[in-house]
Amino acid sequence: MKAFKKLWRLIFLSATLTVALCACGGDKAGDASAHITIGIPQDLEETLDPHEAMAAGTREILFNIYEGLVKPNSNGELIPAVADEFSVSDDGLTYTFHLRKGVKFHNGSDVTAEDVLYSIGRNADPSSETAYASAFSNVKEYKADGENIVITLNQKDNDFLQSMTIGIIPKDVTDIATNPVGTGPYMYVSRSPQENVILKRFKDYWGEKAYIEDVTLKICSNADSIVMDLLGGSVDFFARITSAQAAQLKDADFNIEEGTMNLVQAMYLNNAVEPFTNEKVRQALCYAVDPKEIINLAFDGKGTELGSSMFPAFGKYFVKEINDVYDVDLEKAKELLKEAGYPDGFSFTIKVPSNYQPHIDTAQVIAEQLKKIGVTAEIKLVEWESWLSDVYIGRDYEATVVGVDASQMTARAMLERFTSDSSKNFVNFKSDAYDAAFNNAISTTDDAKATEYYKECEWILAREAANVYIQDLAEMVAINKKYTGYEFYPIYVLDIAKIKPVK
Amino acid sequence: MKYVLKKIGTLILTLLAVSALVFFAFSLIPSNPAIARLGTEATPEKIAKLMHDMGLDRPVLERFGSWILGILHGDFGTSYSYNQPVTTLLSEKIGVTLLMSVMAILITCLLSFPLGIYVARKSDSKLDVLFTTINQIVMSIPSFFSGILITLLFGLILKVFTPGGYVSYKKDFLGCIGYLIFPAFAIALPKISMVVKLLRDTALKEADKDYVRTAYSRGNRTKAVFYKHVLKNAIIPVITFLGMTFADIIAGSIIVEQVFRVPGLGRILLTSISGRDYPVVEAIILLLATAVVVSNLVVDLLYKKFDPRIHV
Amino acid sequence: MDKTKTRNVKFILGLTLTGIILVMMIAGIVHTPYDPMAMDLSAKLEGVSFKHIMGCDNFGRDIFSRVLVGVRETMFVAAAVVFIGTFVGIIIGTVTGYFGGWVDEILMRFNDAVLAFPSVLLALLVIGIMGGGTKALIIALGIAFVPSFARIIRGEVLRIRNLDYIQCVRLYGASHLRIIVVHILPNLRTVLLSSVLIGFNNAVLAEAGMSYLGMGAQPPYPSLGLMLSEAQGVIYSNPWNAVFPGLVIVIMILGFSLLSDSLEKKT
Repeated sequence: MKAFKKLWRLIFLSATLTVALCACGGDKAGDASAHITIGIPQDLEETLDPHEAMAAGTREILFNIYEGLVKPNSNGELIPAVADEFSVSDDGLTYTFHLRKGVKFHNGSDVTAEDVLYSIGRNADPSSETAYASAFSNVKEYKADGENIVITLNQKDNDFLQSMTIGIIPKDVTDIATNPVGTGPYMYVSRSPQENVILKRFKDYWGEKAYIEDVTLKICSNADSIVMDLLGGSVDFFARITSAQAAQLKDADFNIEEGTMNLVQAMYLNNAVEPFTNEKVRQALCYAVDPKEIINLAFDGKGTELGSSMFPAFGKYFVKEINDVYDVDLEKAKELLKEAGYPDGFSFTIKVPSNYQPHIDTAQVIAEQLKKIGVTAEIKLVEWESWLSDVYIGRDYEATVVGVDASQMTARAMLERFTSDSSKNFVNFKSDAYDAAFNNAISTTDDAKATEYYKECEWILAREAANVYIQDLAEMVAINKKYTGYEFYPIYVLDIAKIKPVK
Repeated sequence: MKYVLKKIGTLILTLLAVSALVFFAFSLIPSNPAIARLGTEATPEKIAKLMHDMGLDRPVLERFGSWILGILHGDFGTSYSYNQPVTTLLSEKIGVTLLMSVMAILITCLLSFPLGIYVARKSDSKLDVLFTTINQIVMSIPSFFSGILITLLFGLILKVFTPGGYVSYKKDFLGCIGYLIFPAFAIALPKISMVVKLLRDTALKEADKDYVRTAYSRGNRTKAVFYKHVLKNAIIPVITFLGMTFADIIAGSIIVEQVFRVPGLGRILLTSISGRDYPVVEAIILLLATAVVVSNLVVDLLYKKFDPRIHV
Repeated sequence: MDKTKTRNVKFILGLTLTGIILVMMIAGIVHTPYDPMAMDLSAKLEGVSFKHIMGCDNFGRDIFSRVLVGVRETMFVAAAVVFIGTFVGIIIGTVTGYFGGWVDEILMRFNDAVLAFPSVLLALLVIGIMGGGTKALIIALGIAFVPSFARIIRGEVLRIRNLDYIQCVRLYGASHLRIIVVHILPNLRTVLLSSVLIGFNNAVLAEAGMSYLGMGAQPPYPSLGLMLSEAQGVIYSNPWNAVFPGLVIVIMILGFSLLSDSLEKKT
């Protein structure tokens, strides 16, 4: 009898304890300048090597850790970083960079000319297999001259300076993939797979130091729960939310900032599998899919329609008219399908990474639109990791909806992907006309001519319907009212060092 | 003693069968992890080299043998996608899932016994219908649904906790417990009502038995009889149930972890399965199966202790 | 007296709830008020109204229609899973229980090994190997459900085999096949009925859980679990989007468990 009274008391006690504990748990706002939690939609890649990592989601974080001799600013211009000044010879073949004094690596050692040569060498070496190897294939010679780094090219290349944004790493760190050491405003502390990545402010940074001391990059791979994390307060910042998600945050402690994502969202088609080997089928899909309706239904009308693999931030390379190649025309689409031998339509599967809500939503609208021409699109959600290995690397898919950008702000980086033998050509696009135009573009030294050739490439992508192009997504960034200062970049970058607490 | 040894013997056999099942199931899959890793860069030489590096070029039986040997030394191999030893990768995540499961069991026990006893004692009153109805409804709520409701009510409206605000138990143990209590409660909820039902039903059955009637007729006080005879007999099925529930709770935690964004074994299991990271998947499955089998053993032993008549 | 009464109440209540679910399922097959996949910009995230009695989702799709189709999907998967489970379970259970010996020893050892996995875990594994989608989900859950059925049936077969009259029949020289088909299988129905009902309930729960994890029906096709998952994104402004599909799952499970409860005690 007594025992049970005791038991009741125990239960009561534990219940109150629970409430007390929770009360502590809920109140941990803390000092905004000390810490920020940034939600990211996927875990970083296995490798954090700046010359190997290829996923945009990894690069946008590595931007904070590594710097090149030059680096982009938020206007898309290249500004000196590890080098404090640079010059190009009149013939455009020789680049001279002067090393900035007092630049330190995160491990405390000074940046030397040997480190820079080592970093360039990893990419420029003929046997190099890094993600940048092709961009460096034009390098004839690179050497140090006192505090100057002198690079000579085989032929003039207007985009070469972009390649010098590659991260400078110390030559004596052998495990850079798991132990990143760079010169950027934040240094890497640790990572816990599928959970988080921790960064810390680099106190010896040469330039304007970051504002916030500790940064937790929390992996929020469930697109459906991002709003809950933001509302609940466990995430302070999340880039690239959908307008529906933004609407949920209206009354909460968040500012929603709008920019553009600077990528090409499209339904990418595997040009090497039936029936997408047939140009007419691909064109039919382009006639049936209405980007405007997608933008209205899923994105509250925010977004820029695209017609090819190029977005407005590229300035002179962007051709607005390409968007008019395919106006919605269901009759024409059906006609094309009939000509291609699919009068009753066909069915195929769209693989979509399950952590990107915008792409899932887009795919759902596309599936609905394609029904009208008798084409059945099944959606299959896959984890980001298997998207990378199966779709992007393995090319084992029929169609996928994702956003694709370029690792550098050059037309070459954006368009080289679609040349027949590019290792990045995950859509297996093969067009002799395209390859010819692209080769013309990279071999000419005349910038105006090169621009024309690149534009021709874009037209070919549209006319041959390499993919079903949709839009450059509006980027909506949710940022807790405790913070400010976020800057949009024309490339896929998340500049954490600019975020600062509101005083 | 002989009984215990025999039980442990079966346990080891079962675990061996589990590991064989898991290992050979993955060997049957046509996809080659080496090719998956190399992708478009794959050339026959590179594949051969990577397969050699990964030890995949050896015969299946030999790999199975060295895998088992490694496990006996506490080495579960290396993760394909993170290039880390599986043990390092999983060490903290096991703790999270285990902590949450144990909390769920504790909550179940703490709440279900008093509630069950109360309901059992009221089983002949008018309230009984009300209690059993409520109980039956609670039993039918899947834990991921109650988890969503808890997040909405306590997390977003009442703001008692921060949804997604899990903190590592290594950093802040109390804070971690304070967060995990909500998912643990969501897991425990249907289990609580099952135990309550079990207690009520057995107590009713026992109360009808002759010896209990005799006890009453001897003029013993109702309460005393209830606790001494009825409850004592009701405890055995409850313990059996709790032991069997452990498997359920662990499986349930995989789903509930997703609702509350707890970075336990569930999250990494899901990504490893789809990323074909077999060493990680094999390790997690083997661990979970071990937890289940061991808990079953404990139940068997407890069972024997409570009722020495049982000879299995 | 009282107990029969509660049992009857349970039976009637269970029957009513299951009836509601069956009606919803039939509606899901025959006719839904709206096309469950049709998107409507003007109805985006509309609340509960006479036009849309459960409101609309993010794409302006009618949630009620989607729930109806979701019920159909869940019932179909659960029925298929239980069918696979019982069918294979009967074969394995009968063979091992009747013949015994080393076949029994090996099969049961593996059966126990498989039983050591929680069924969700096993299903996750199979889906990991086969990839998601409804078909894969049915096979995965079906495999996961076999061992428990096999164990129950084996026990029952073992019991019946040792009954006196079976021994008699055998002495008269009846073949094994005849004994199994004529004398043993019909006697399994009582055990089967209750385990099928319980199994069905577990299958409903498992289907909902797996599709919540995104391993079942793929968007835009509705399934109750997936709808719950999607509704989490709008939980603050449109909590009903999560509550309705969740409630339907609860009603399903409640109905079946009341039914199986009352039937189990009657027999």
